[in-house]
Amino acid sequence: MSTLDVMNPVEPFLRTDRMPHIWCPGCGIGTTVNCFARALIESKIDLQSLALVSGIGCTGRVAGYVKLDSFHTTHGRAIPFATGLKLANPKLNVVIYSGDGDLSAIGGNHLIHAARRNIDLKVICVNNLIYAMTGGQTAPTTPGHAITSTSPYGACEPAFNLPHLVEAAGAVYVARWTTFHVKQLARSIGEAFQKKGFSFIEIISPCPTLYQRRNRLGDGLDTMKYYKEKSKVKHGAPTGEVGLTMTGEIIVGKFVDRDRPDYQSLVHAQMVESLGERYVEPSENVCSCG
Amino acid sequence: MAKGRVSIVVERCKACGFCVEFCPTKVLALSSAFNAKGYHPPHVVAPEKCSGCDLCGMYCPDFAIYGQRLPAQKETAPAAPLPEVTRES
Amino acid sequence: MKADPRGVLSGTHFIDGDHACCEGALAAGARFAAGYPITPSTEVVERFASRIPVVGGTFIQMEDELAASITLQGAVWGGAKAFTVTSGPGFSLMMEHIGYAAMTETPCVFVDVQRGGPSTGLPTLPAQADMMQARWGSHGDYEIIALCPNSPQECFDLTVKAFNFSEEFRLPVMLMMDEVVGHMTEKVVIPDADQIEVFPRRHTHKSADEYLPYATNGDGVPEMAHAGEGYRFHVTGLTHDERGYPNMTPQTQDKLVRRLQSKIHDAADRITLLEEQQLEGADVIVVSYGITSRVAQRAIEMARERGLRVGKLRLITCWPFPEQRIRELAATAKAFVVPELNLGQMVREVERAAGGKAKTILVPHAGGSVHRPEDILKAIVEASR
Repeated sequence: MSTLDVMNPVEPFLRTDRMPHIWCPGCGIGTTVNCFARALIESKIDLQSLALVSGIGCTGRVAGYVKLDSFHTTHGRAIPFATGLKLANPKLNVVIYSGDGDLSAIGGNHLIHAARRNIDLKVICVNNLIYAMTGGQTAPTTPGHAITSTSPYGACEPAFNLPHLVEAAGAVYVARWTTFHVKQLARSIGEAFQKKGFSFIEIISPCPTLYQRRNRLGDGLDTMKYYKEKSKVKHGAPTGEVGLTMTGEIIVGKFVDRDRPDYQSLVHAQMVESLGERYVEPSENVCSCG
Repeated sequence: MAKGRVSIVVERCKACGFCVEFCPTKVLALSSAFNAKGYHPPHVVAPEKCSGCDLCGMYCPDFAIYGQRLPAQKETAPAAPLPEVTRES
Repeated sequence: MKADPRGVLSGTHFIDGDHACCEGALAAGARFAAGYPITPSTEVVERFASRIPVVGGTFIQMEDELAASITLQGAVWGGAKAFTVTSGPGFSLMMEHIGYAAMTETPCVFVDVQRGGPSTGLPTLPAQADMMQARWGSHGDYEIIALCPNSPQECFDLTVKAFNFSEEFRLPVMLMMDEVVGHMTEKVVIPDADQIEVFPRRHTHKSADEYLPYATNGDGVPEMAHAGEGYRFHVTGLTHDERGYPNMTPQTQDKLVRRLQSKIHDAADRITLLEEQQLEGADVIVVSYGITSRVAQRAIEMARERGLRVGKLRLITCWPFPEQRIRELAATAKAFVVPELNLGQMVREVERAAGGKAKTILVPHAGGSVHRPEDILKAIVEASR
């Protein structure tokens, strides 16, 4: 049987000593991890140079399950932590893997500033439209009328349109897929790795236990079928028009792919202009070790 | 003649149904067997239709299934369907 | 190990405490700072911003203190020695991340140039009212080390020391300055680089297969690795085991949190730096720190001129608190006089450690200026009765 005992391609990327993971049946986070692993394989990226940073929440737990240099940081602060990592060691490929609440609510300020600066970071934002880990509270992405534990009569705040937000803030690569679009998602993640600057990939994902269940939207499979049926691929769609509703159309695709100088290039150019020969590159930030 | 083959890690499965639904050639169905957690894991019902595309693997949120392409067979080789391989964990 | 000469501005300078602190950081090997402007600390990072591009490193002004306090930690895990500076309101914002540094054992330095509080308070005027916050400000059981300079020279020296302690014990170290020490200009002598001892990053020599991020032997301090070196380690703020994996059980919690505490308690002798003056046979001992110790010195001299037997105990290290020393002195002294620029913070520790064996008299000051020597003298005289 030995010729047939090929491993699951995702297996080398997992801390198998920590399986099974904590995600619910029908949750899409594991699916996104497969796509991430696929993108890593296909882009042939040096795993030693990869660092993964996450915040708090269900998606935040990804950091604990991947066999990479990984950091499970504080709620909302994965992006500034990642900024520090990247600036101290520019050779690192730094990925932020976190959820919609972590990145756009408590982390919102850092999200927009990192996009503004165009720091070379790749953000994978799993958007399940809710705060799942804490039991299903309203998130800035929760669509109107949705029932959550803190909006028991229906959410009534306008929801964030994350692609629109990050594009406006300055991101150079913005894409959205759902957990149904596994191939396209893997491809987008791969493209983000080739991109220099702030990349943001939103992945709409089921939270069957809380979001779908409380809103009588079925289970994970029902949600995946909804994604398949109601998604429309519109590459280059104006991000102002890709807002989400509870049961409506989901516009997916690669919305933004542009070039702007990334933060470190800007710093370099400025310093060289101002200081000329006196400027010392920060590449040797590594401190002396005992 | 199957071009691919599926491997299932039975004990990881939580019976979400993604693999069954999204297999392009409908190779899988949820079995009536139980794993230790009480879920019905999938099993292969149409092995000859498996292309080894590994969409099941990409969809599976529990890393409990994956497909692989088989090396191309000579034309004279017997066309016996290959059994699925299941592992405990 | 000796300091890297590229960061050492050797020579005799006439600079203020904030500037001296920046030079201390550079001398200690800091090559990364993340900051956010807040009076009266801003000059530290302003100087760093202008010095670091010619030394070789990074300064980034972040969008808030929440970001600054975690960005520096990312830089540490990326291989740099890093710090941030702030004052009261920013210090409050940084508390969660001070706890994260303590929990993940991230070596780093937080400088708090204290000002009047609470809230916005007195941005340009001194206080020493963050002392308890430095120790207890974040949630949960954890230890920090806090050092209190009383001169621009000490702002240099103790910043170097702060970095050294942070690397030796793998924890966040607080440098508790105050607005007067920060903005006071005095002579600061920066030695040659080969005269400055620097504690190197405790990097593991183990291979990736053998290395466990939070395993310790002996002194309770684990060895570190940096991202990008192939160790593929995991760091989390969740209660974790030696592998760094979340392990949320009471047993793991007990083991971890007690170790975070004991790695400092067991080394307290080395960490508690004190300045002692005429404690032998003293009736009254003035316990002070930071700028107040400068005023107290004058008051003590005035008291001695009147024939009173007054000793001086200056807390250079405020945390861990030198309770053993206080306990010893309480056995022979009549009273401790504790002047501080607050309404009673370190005095509580003095009183607690004295255990009723000697009186403890607070000389409070709500902040905004420093004590008058006469106020401290009055307390010394009364304590001597």
